[in-house]
Amino acid sequence: MCNCGSKDVLTPQIGVVTEIRTETSDVKTFRIEKPEGGMVFDFMPGQCAMLSAPGMGEAIFSITSSPTTKDYMEFSIKRCGEITECLHAMEVGQQIAIRGPYGKSFPVTTDALKHKDLIFIAGGIGLAPLHSVIDYMLAKREDYGSIDVVYGARSKEDFVDYKELSEVWPQEKNTKVHLTIDRAQEGWTGNVGFVPQFLKDLKFTPDKTVLLCGPPIMIKLCLAALIEMGFEKTQVYTTLEFRMKCGVGKCGRCNVGNKYVCKDGPVFRCDEIDELPDEY
Amino acid sequence: MLKINKAKWLELFAALSAQGTLYVPANVDDKVDFTIWQNATEVDLQATQTAKSIKNIFFPQVENLLDFKTDGLKLSVEQRMLPEEATIAFGVRGCDVRSFEVLDKVFLKDPVDTFYKARRENCTIVSLACSAPDETCFCGTFAIDATNPGGDVTTWLVGDELFWQANTDKGSQLTEKVKTLLVEGDAAEVAAQQKATKEIMAKMPLADFKIAAKIPAEQEKVFNSTVWQQLSGTCLSCCACTYVCPTCHCYDVRDFEVDNKVERFRCWDSCMCKDFTKMAAVNPRVSRLERFRQRYMHKLVYFPENNEGTFACVGCGRCLQKCPVNLNIVKVAKALEVAKDV
Repeated sequence: MCNCGSKDVLTPQIGVVTEIRTETSDVKTFRIEKPEGGMVFDFMPGQCAMLSAPGMGEAIFSITSSPTTKDYMEFSIKRCGEITECLHAMEVGQQIAIRGPYGKSFPVTTDALKHKDLIFIAGGIGLAPLHSVIDYMLAKREDYGSIDVVYGARSKEDFVDYKELSEVWPQEKNTKVHLTIDRAQEGWTGNVGFVPQFLKDLKFTPDKTVLLCGPPIMIKLCLAALIEMGFEKTQVYTTLEFRMKCGVGKCGRCNVGNKYVCKDGPVFRCDEIDELPDEY
Repeated sequence: MLKINKAKWLELFAALSAQGTLYVPANVDDKVDFTIWQNATEVDLQATQTAKSIKNIFFPQVENLLDFKTDGLKLSVEQRMLPEEATIAFGVRGCDVRSFEVLDKVFLKDPVDTFYKARRENCTIVSLACSAPDETCFCGTFAIDATNPGGDVTTWLVGDELFWQANTDKGSQLTEKVKTLLVEGDAAEVAAQQKATKEIMAKMPLADFKIAAKIPAEQEKVFNSTVWQQLSGTCLSCCACTYVCPTCHCYDVRDFEVDNKVERFRCWDSCMCKDFTKMAAVNPRVSRLERFRQRYMHKLVYFPENNEGTFACVGCGRCLQKCPVNLNIVKVAKALEVAKDV
């Protein structure tokens, strides 16, 4: 009896790379569709997918595009290891193995975010998961309050999605973009400095809800700045990054406390993270 | 209650192996371990503990999941066939029988691991009651009755007689296939052995060992205790404990290029390995202390939290026997129990 119809949870689907954009010296955005067109699977903003570089292995990435864009999925990927090196070598038209969606999304359909004034805080490639939420909210603009995007990068060349940041999002209703770079450079007239200080300079009132994503050290420092500004941890959502193999809470790799980042995260409210042992 | 005399065991094993691949405890390279029965296999029903658990029957040490083939820009994925082979696990002790229930909580939980599920469903478990517990045994800590170990069929070795009792439909079906070899036996003989075994167990060194209630209850204090420093100090990170453990289930998924295709396989892994959580930029558990602590926190605190109090340990004692530097879960639990900061 052939049992090839019973697809295992670790067996990926086939997608095809239909567009590649070079964002920075080490970040590329890949557009992936089903061979017959459309998103490979449905998902919610903040959820992740396992991408395969056959021969090298799999790694988990947050989905950068919004599920409201039904035609494709996008992934902004920073080249920083073996698998991302392989993915960066892909070309348009190439097929890729993909499975998902994995994890909990940002609570975009609940009162936690609906009709709230929102601050998105991102550092470097940390914009990737937030990009999905921002596009989702802009597509349903009337469901959400004001949107402030605070984004820091090493230099102006390191901003991912610079075109959207500078031209598209600021044109949207009740939406502002605040950019900062680590060190002054020629031709940059915007803010210079790290994100935590920039947050204080922007004098946000603590009646807003925050979505925060970036390197672990930046998350910790931004959270401290927000607390200083009067925010509660219950107002801040972030994502944790952990190595994963299965994506479904079995292989043990992303286990922290009694949580598995792949299925209980990657999105956590900051007070939930406090209950986890300090090893993330 | 049925039974079969030692003189007929060879016929029994032959009849069982006609029903499926038969795994038995046997002398292999100077140790007792589970192996596939063949005519010349030296079956050992006396040894209480096999070197490794039999978890590999459901969760193989290495298994291929799928193949990738590339043709220019095109890629195809072909999942491996789910295992269809009928298997019989014979001579499984109570601790290992219970370990399958622990593994089920991981692999059969939604989303189900279909490879594990197929192997689990294809297997009939014939357990073997203990009558001579090792001094490293502590299954009683987890309320496992080693004299009545469960599974689809339970057997008891009393002298030269192997007593046989089917517990499930699967067990009854298997019994039906070998019933011409079995004769009526006196349940009182089994009861007498059970009573005697329990008396021995009550005198064993770990008979009174209990995991203190405060360990699963006090996650933060246990995690931050200073005992980890001392305990992990001698660990060699050899991971032997993980590989012999019947409940450890961490795995890795990797690719291997062979001929003109890529095989994706999964293999056992250990949270004690240095690179287990290593990412391109950071490793959240960079020290041996952190990795050592993770394994025991998972078994004693996190797993019970997620599984109605079930510990990820069945008291088989293999880690007590195999650790080259005498570390084990009993030592860890006892150290935490007396720790002043927990």
